[in-house]
Amino acid sequence: MTLSEIISSILLISGAVFFLAGTLGLLRFPDVYTRLHALTKADNVGLGLMVVGLALQSESLAGVGKLLLIWLLVMLAGASVAHLIAKGALHRGISLWKR
Amino acid sequence: MQILYLALALFLLLNLGAGMWRVVRGPTAADRMLAAQLFGTTAVAVLLLLAQATGNAALRDVALVFALLAAVTAVAFVRRTWQQA
Amino acid sequence: METLTVLTWIFDSLLAMGLLWLAWRCLTCPDLFNAIVLFVAFGLLMALAWVRLEALDVALAEAAIGAGLTGALLMAALAKLQSTKTNRDIAEKSEKNVTGVQLLQCVSIALLLLVAIGLGYAVLSLPAYAPGLSIEVSANLETSGVSNPVTAVLLNFRAYDTLLEMVVLLLALLGVWSLGGAIQQRETTPGPVLDTLSRVLVPVLILVTAYLLWVGAHAPGGAFQAGSVLGAAGVLLLLAGWRPRGAMMALPLRLILVAGLIVFLAIAIAIMMIERQLLEYWPAQAGVLILVLETAATISIGATLAALFLSRCPQVEEYK
Repeated sequence: MTLSEIISSILLISGAVFFLAGTLGLLRFPDVYTRLHALTKADNVGLGLMVVGLALQSESLAGVGKLLLIWLLVMLAGASVAHLIAKGALHRGISLWKR
Repeated sequence: MQILYLALALFLLLNLGAGMWRVVRGPTAADRMLAAQLFGTTAVAVLLLLAQATGNAALRDVALVFALLAAVTAVAFVRRTWQQA
Repeated sequence: METLTVLTWIFDSLLAMGLLWLAWRCLTCPDLFNAIVLFVAFGLLMALAWVRLEALDVALAEAAIGAGLTGALLMAALAKLQSTKTNRDIAEKSEKNVTGVQLLQCVSIALLLLVAIGLGYAVLSLPAYAPGLSIEVSANLETSGVSNPVTAVLLNFRAYDTLLEMVVLLLALLGVWSLGGAIQQRETTPGPVLDTLSRVLVPVLILVTAYLLWVGAHAPGGAFQAGSVLGAAGVLLLLAGWRPRGAMMALPLRLILVAGLIVFLAIAIAIMMIERQLLEYWPAQAGVLILVLETAATISIGATLAALFLSRCPQVEEYK
C-alpha cells in the first residue's frame, strides 16, 4: 500500500467512527436538542474526513471538486435543517433535558 | 483498498439500520425527522464509497442529488406539517 | 477475490432485508407521519438498490422524486389532513368487526404468499443471461445522436412513449388541481436561516438541473431527472415563502406547463410532414433534436412538479 492509500484509509476509518458516534448519539441522547448536536457531527466531521480520504484517491480534479461540493452542500443543508428543527421544537414547547 | 471501501459501506449501512430504531421509537415528530436526515447523509457517504469502489464516477452525481434533496423534505416538514398540528 | 464477493453479498442482502422491513413497517404503522418518514427512508434504500443493480438513471430519478419530492408532497398532504381532522375519524371507524377483518387478513396473506412463491419460481427459472433488445440498441447507438443508451431509447427509439408520459404528467396535474384543496392558511414569515438557505440552494439546484440535462447525453442523467431537481427547486421556493407575481400565474404558468408537450408535438408533426415516420429523426440532426426536446421537457416537468405542490389551481386574485 502506498503512502496515499495508508493516509486515505486512516481518514476513511476516522470518518466512519464519527458516523458511528452520530448514530450512537441519535439513539442514546436524552432529548431532541442533544440528538441534533450528535447528528451534525456526523454531517460535518464524519463526511468531511471521508471526503478528504476519497479525494486523495480520486482520479481527476473534477472528481475532487464534486466531492468538496457535495460536502459543502451537506453541511449547509444539515446546519440549516438543524436550526429549523430546534427552533420549531422550542416553539412547540419540547422541554430541554435537565439532569 | 476495494475491500476497505466495501467494508466501510457495509458498516455505514448497518449504522443506517440502527438508526431505524429512532424512527420507530422517537417520541416526537422531530426525532423521526432527525433520523431521516441521518439516513440521507449516510446514504451520501455510502454512494461516495461505492463510487470509488466500482470506479463509476456517475455515482457521485447520484450522491449530489441526494445531498440537495435531503433538505427539501426536512424543510417541508418544518414549514407544513409542524405549523398545522 | 473472495472477501470482496462475500462483502457484496452481505451488503446486498442487508439492503434487501431493510427494504422488506421498511415496507412492512410503513404499511402497518398507525401513525401517518411515522409512515411518511418510513416511506422517505424506503425511497433512500430503493435508490441504493437501483445503484447496486447498475441502473443509475433510475437511481437518479428515485433519489430526486422518491426520497425528496414525494416526501415533501406527503408532508404537505398530511398538514392538510390534520387541519381538517379527518385523520381521527378514519382511525375511529376501523374498530368494528374485528374477527371478520382478521379472517379477511389471513385469507389475503395466504393468497399473497402464493403469488410471491409463484413469482419467485418464475424469476428463478429465467435464463441467467437475457440480453433483451440491448444488442439491437447498441448496434444502432451511433445513429441515435447520443451515447447513453437509456437516453437513446427514451428520446429516440421510443420517443413516442416519452410523448405520452408528458401527457400523463399533465393529466395528473389536472387531477390534483381539480380536487380543489383546502383554503391556504396564512404562513408565518420564514426566518433568516430558511431565507438564506433558499437563496443559496435554489441557484445550485438550477445549475444541477442544467448539468444533469447536459450530461444525460453520455452519462446517467436526462430530462426526467433534471426536471425533478428543477421541481424540487420550485418546491423549496414555495416552502420558503416566495410567491410569483399575480400576472405570472395566469397565462405564463399554463404556457410553461404545456411547453414540453407542444415542442414534442411540433417536432413530431414537422417530421411527419417531411415524409418520414412519426418521430424518426435524421441521424445527422438527432443530437440537436434530442437536446431541444429534453430542454423543453425539463422545464415542463419542473413546473408541473412544483405546481403539484401548489395543490390547487392558482387564482390570480390570491397573488396580487
